[in-house]
Amino acid sequence: MTEVSSRHSIGETLLSVERINLAFGEVKALANVSFSVREHEVLAIIGPNGAGKTSMLNVINGFYHPQQGQIHFKGLHRQRMKPYEAAVQGIARTFQNVALFKGMSTLNNIMTGRNLKMRRNLLWQALHLGPAREEELQHRAAAEEIIDFLEIQSIRKIPVGRLPYGLQKRVELGRALAMEPDLLLLDEPMAGMNMEEKQDMCRFILDINEQYGTTIVLIEHDMGVVMDISDRVVVLDYGQKIAEGTPDEVRSNQAVIDAYLGVSHEEAA
Amino acid sequence: MNHPAAECNTLPKLLLHNAVKLGDSPANREKDLGIWQTWTWSQVRDETECLAGGLVQLGFQRGDKLAIIGDNRPHLYWAMVAAQSLGGVPVPLYQDSVAEEMVHVLSNGDIKFAIVENQEQTDKLIEIKEQCPQLEWIIYEDPRGMQHYNQPFVRRYLEIQEEGREYRKAKPEFFQIEIEQGTGADPGILLYTSGTTGLPKGVVLSFDNLLFGGRFAADFHKLTPQDEVLAYLPMAWVGDNLFCLAQSYYTGFCVNCPESRDTVTTDLREIGPTYYFAPPTVFEALITRVMIRMEDAGHIKRWLFDTFMNVAKRCGTDILDGKPVSFYNRLSYALGELLVYGPLKNVLGFSRIRQAWTAGEAIGPDIFNFFRSLGINIKQLYGQTEATVYISAQPDGEVFSDTTGPPAPGVELRIVDDAGNDADLGEVIYRSAGVFQEYYKNPESTSNTKDAEGWVKTGDAGFLDNLGHLKIIDRLKDVGRMKDGTRFAPKYIENKLKFFQQIKHAVCFGDQKEFATAFINIDLDAVGNWAERRNLAYSGYTDLTSRSEVYDLIQECVEAVNEDLARDEQLRGSQVQRFLILHKELDPDDGELTRTSKVRRSTVDEKYHELIAALDDLQVKHHKIEAEVTFEDGRKGTINADLQIRECAISHIPPQAKSA
Repeated sequence: MTEVSSRHSIGETLLSVERINLAFGEVKALANVSFSVREHEVLAIIGPNGAGKTSMLNVINGFYHPQQGQIHFKGLHRQRMKPYEAAVQGIARTFQNVALFKGMSTLNNIMTGRNLKMRRNLLWQALHLGPAREEELQHRAAAEEIIDFLEIQSIRKIPVGRLPYGLQKRVELGRALAMEPDLLLLDEPMAGMNMEEKQDMCRFILDINEQYGTTIVLIEHDMGVVMDISDRVVVLDYGQKIAEGTPDEVRSNQAVIDAYLGVSHEEAA
Repeated sequence: MNHPAAECNTLPKLLLHNAVKLGDSPANREKDLGIWQTWTWSQVRDETECLAGGLVQLGFQRGDKLAIIGDNRPHLYWAMVAAQSLGGVPVPLYQDSVAEEMVHVLSNGDIKFAIVENQEQTDKLIEIKEQCPQLEWIIYEDPRGMQHYNQPFVRRYLEIQEEGREYRKAKPEFFQIEIEQGTGADPGILLYTSGTTGLPKGVVLSFDNLLFGGRFAADFHKLTPQDEVLAYLPMAWVGDNLFCLAQSYYTGFCVNCPESRDTVTTDLREIGPTYYFAPPTVFEALITRVMIRMEDAGHIKRWLFDTFMNVAKRCGTDILDGKPVSFYNRLSYALGELLVYGPLKNVLGFSRIRQAWTAGEAIGPDIFNFFRSLGINIKQLYGQTEATVYISAQPDGEVFSDTTGPPAPGVELRIVDDAGNDADLGEVIYRSAGVFQEYYKNPESTSNTKDAEGWVKTGDAGFLDNLGHLKIIDRLKDVGRMKDGTRFAPKYIENKLKFFQQIKHAVCFGDQKEFATAFINIDLDAVGNWAERRNLAYSGYTDLTSRSEVYDLIQECVEAVNEDLARDEQLRGSQVQRFLILHKELDPDDGELTRTSKVRRSTVDEKYHELIAALDDLQVKHHKIEAEVTFEDGRKGTINADLQIRECAISHIPPQAKSA
């Protein structure tokens, strides 16, 4: 085989969530969930509908604030923070239903991902003079690297609203990459894609992980994909973590099988 | 014209010459990360020299073969010339081939070195390396995804160049010394032709051959260092090696490489080439794109487009050919240029084109004239790998949609019969300075194709028309004879029929028959639209095909083709006398077409032999048929239909000289 043992070796804990409890009124979205994400790994969160997967991502990037529990990111205990603060710390994400600026071109959408890295204020940028101009050129170069990486040169100047869904997902991934994140959260990156698009997306996710060493947490329903590309899997069901481990361990875990085959909760408990 | 000195008899020598004479002019451009990067001739010399030095370090020797695999990239073109500089022979491969298809070329060509574009191609070669033990080194250009390949025989292009730079420090003269050892008679390139039968054969072209083609750029096309060409056709194809390598090195014009395969249309527009080659299908696709866009346009725009396209149709080609045109027409055309043709050409990237060429297949007269009437000088040529492309080509002012022009300058051309005597219609054979050296390691094929006097058989049947222009009618093996001895070339007639947009496919029969007949497949979109416009209700494809109105429509097309055929003395006997419209579309799922939409004649003969017999029998006016069809989900069913047979008028107009 041509595959040589590759990848950045998986390192220390990058992010840990401990005993997270999140409730909306009476509804418990997450109950006592703990797990950790190690540097350079690909971690998948799986579970049936309503298991709390997206809520978990929202907690990680600061969109929801859990009532109880602690989050450590890069060794620091995280205070209550807003999503943009999470972004500043190096967490980027994509959404289940694409959230791009539809009227803007692919290039400009990716450039918005560079916004956090821009030093000059709005006025400088509007005047497009001196240092701001130079800065823009640097960011444009970075955006072009991503366009090249994701092989979307041919749609560089097309408004994303006119692109097919699969490509929009790719642009969204590009925008998240433009932030040069340490931790990339992908919410169902392959939902609604055909086989070929899924294969492309898998390749890009692995390439990102391999080339940039980015740690990736993803939610995905396609089990084939999950088992193929993740190093570890966390399984949620009704807001609780029911299993964690390598794809093989999870596959043979009875609780997971029950959750997916729909054994009723009284029986399973 | 800018002719380099005669002692520049190899491409590497031309490189040295250009680096001195055109040092600061652009030689190559490539769009990378959204920006066009330029290399001047002196930079290209430097890059090529370093690569050559690195190859020497790896043990490259005179006579070694270097495979090139990838999309059109400046680095790959340099690799070809680097190999040639060292007395080696580059062998470009089709980048789409799967690994197994490459095995034959790699082992037949004794290839020791490979320079490839990226990880994809590297993987293919690693996969088959065990089957090709003589392959020693794989060098990749794009490092993406390659960081963990630790095989010692896989190396990066840039590293090899670095080593070459060191080597040059130690031996500053090595490049010149190596290049001076080359002569015009040396093999310059080995190209594998995708033969339709059997394994691909390696065609050896010498530098003399390549420069025979290169010289055309200056003498025939009148190109200068200021010209621009876009390199987008496969590097393994002889045309690309001629247009983007030999001719560029001969005249010094700039070769532009697109960013990726998907961006060719945008890049074409940004570069605005002055010299352009495309097969007929590309031109066809362009028209379709324009027409679809126009249908979505507003009323005023559409009116402008229609009005001025009519003006262009009336006088555009005459203006291009320099014929007399009335003042009023000239004025209208100038206005059209301002309002419609100019902007349209700009969108297509054709604003600056001085010469556009097409070849490979017959091009429809409507498509051909559309571009010519816009003022785009598109012309046809006929050629093949064994001839270093040029066999016949149309000079300015002698451009017709149905010929491939008179024999190209320096090419002798004959039409011979089976016994090898001159004939009116028969196999096209030629002799020129471009004639290939040999098929690599295949003396038998070489002597079958090329005789002792240097005449090469093309395997194509054709004839010279009244103006001395070559018309290719079909592959020789497909040309039959009718009972009265008239030559019968099915593809020629079928192509003419297919130029009508109402006809999707046609299959003609005539070999060993009293008269020619045809099956017609209508184009559902075109004929369906036509039927709707005249409120002709129909329930589906089969119903539409049986309408006598549709038969009338198709009869007009067939009779127009007959009239066309009557103009050619040699083919007037093969006019289509009877035809029928098939009740179902010919379909690759039923084995009637290949996946590339070509008719499988033998399958059709066998499956519809009853219908063919009915066409031959003058007494039969219609024929009932029950045919098996395969549905998309794999189930089979039958269709019953009663097919009419129509008689067509045979044209008796006398064959005439073409008014030039």
